[in-house]
Amino acid sequence: MSGPILQLRDVSLSFQGIKALNALSFEVARGEICALIGPNGAGKSSLLNIINGVYRADSGSVTFNGERFIRIRPAHAAHLGVGRTFQHNALFRHLSVLDNVLAGLIRHSRTTLLEHAFGLGRDRRESREFKRRADEIIAFLDLTRHRDTVVATLPYGVQKRVDLARALVGRPSLLLLDEPMAGMNQDEKHVMSRLILETNASLGTTIVLIEHDMSVVMGLSHHVVVLDYGRKVGDGSPEEVRKNPDVISAYLGTAH
Amino acid sequence: MVLLAALAGIPLVANDYWLNAVLIPFLIMSLTALGLNLLMGYAGQASLGSGGFMSVGAYATYNLLLRLPELPLPVSLLLGGIISGLVGVVAGLPSLRIKGFYLVASTLATQFLLEWLFNQYGWFSNYSTSSSISAPRLAFLGHDLSSPAGRYLLTLATVVVVTAVAARLVRSQTGRTWMAIRDMDTAASVIGIPVSAGKLKAFFVSSLVIGIAGALWAFAYLGTVDARSFNLDRSFQVMFAIIIGGMGSVRGNFLGAAFMIFVPILLDHLGGGVFGGAVDPGQLENFQKALFGALIVWFLIKEPRGLAALLSRAWTRLASRINR
Repeated sequence: MSGPILQLRDVSLSFQGIKALNALSFEVARGEICALIGPNGAGKSSLLNIINGVYRADSGSVTFNGERFIRIRPAHAAHLGVGRTFQHNALFRHLSVLDNVLAGLIRHSRTTLLEHAFGLGRDRRESREFKRRADEIIAFLDLTRHRDTVVATLPYGVQKRVDLARALVGRPSLLLLDEPMAGMNQDEKHVMSRLILETNASLGTTIVLIEHDMSVVMGLSHHVVVLDYGRKVGDGSPEEVRKNPDVISAYLGTAH
Repeated sequence: MVLLAALAGIPLVANDYWLNAVLIPFLIMSLTALGLNLLMGYAGQASLGSGGFMSVGAYATYNLLLRLPELPLPVSLLLGGIISGLVGVVAGLPSLRIKGFYLVASTLATQFLLEWLFNQYGWFSNYSTSSSISAPRLAFLGHDLSSPAGRYLLTLATVVVVTAVAARLVRSQTGRTWMAIRDMDTAASVIGIPVSAGKLKAFFVSSLVIGIAGALWAFAYLGTVDARSFNLDRSFQVMFAIIIGGMGSVRGNFLGAAFMIFVPILLDHLGGGVFGGAVDPGQLENFQKALFGALIVWFLIKEPRGLAALLSRAWTRLASRINR
């Protein structure tokens, strides 16, 4: 399929009269890493939530893979191939790393309750296949030695990687990462950046991410969209955005 | 296997008192706890309707035995369970909108509604004049199961089969779905886990198991079907069993049920022995209740995962000491 994988047109969203997003339009090309940046409260997370249907836009439309949506449900978005990770830890905390990753495959399941209860042939085959896919992603994200550990006991940086593994195991075509490096130290950020680049390069996943650390963003992304107070103030390559006076003023707090 | 053989061999050595008053209720309580644990411990949906679902299973099985006597006993039991499971799905519908405390309140309404239903409409009890009705004769493949040993073996076989299936289920995709819903339902729905269907399936399987346990309680333990033995106290007893035994653990159900059944008997004997009848039995009963309450509070604070976690930790410590 050609054309952009994701297209937003005139998307607006408000919470109790306060405009979070104001007639926002941009495109994400297939196979790129696109960073959404902007000060706190600029509407970045709201935007991700609209793309995968957690919020509904007041107006405007989202086009994913050539299909136009006014409103998409999160589960439907996941089925269409939109994966996402969360800003705040949203893992299944009492489950092992393996079980968390396997949970990311449940939507691909074709087996029924009865087959699970009696362990019939189809269920056995499916679990074996799912385990193989999960182990592949676990190895890819360097989590093999934590595979059977309960996630609540793992360090924060590792948990963020488990979240990524859970989103990635279903092989989404578009992956939304909400501050994948928040709260990480420099070493952890390096590891995460490398993993995001590898995901993009070897799995061909298109990635939209929110990040605050500008050096990370500039090193990672092909395309940067800058938001300020729900409006787009910059859109282009990292170099273009860096030179854009509106972006500089939004970030340095010069009078608008 | 050894344990199973030992359990099956018990009728040879134990007397009728042990079978009737201790082992049969212990096994059935374990099964009921298992049913509630699937819903509350694994899927995270709290319920106070266990007594109600037990009564649905008991009355449904009673009517199947009465009206379709040609069905073999295990089929009637299973069908009774399935009917209870379907009632459970209806009772579980509010869980799609509400959770936590509010869901408990709505299952409480189910409990009261079911109690009222079975008292109000005579059809369920075949228009019996007394409120409790005697159970039909239990038989399977020509063997009469009405003796204490027969009822014990019927109960044991049912508990073993249902527990084996449930243990499989919680380790399967279904179990993983339930635990994902329990741990973080919003994230579960965002990553495409069918949350509503998962909750309703949990209500179905849970009520099915509790329904079978209710039928056994009526036929293999009490010998009568009586809505009063499936009241709110019973629901609380089951909930305490899983809190003490361990939520989200299959083994915990047996530990919790053992605690609920054995401790009162032990206290009775102890009370009789120590005070030699000097203490009023009514006082002793109150003391029991207070002790139970205190233990539950202690467990909730000290070990939210119950006796099962306590035991497995002791086991690891023991193993490491032996290995050293």
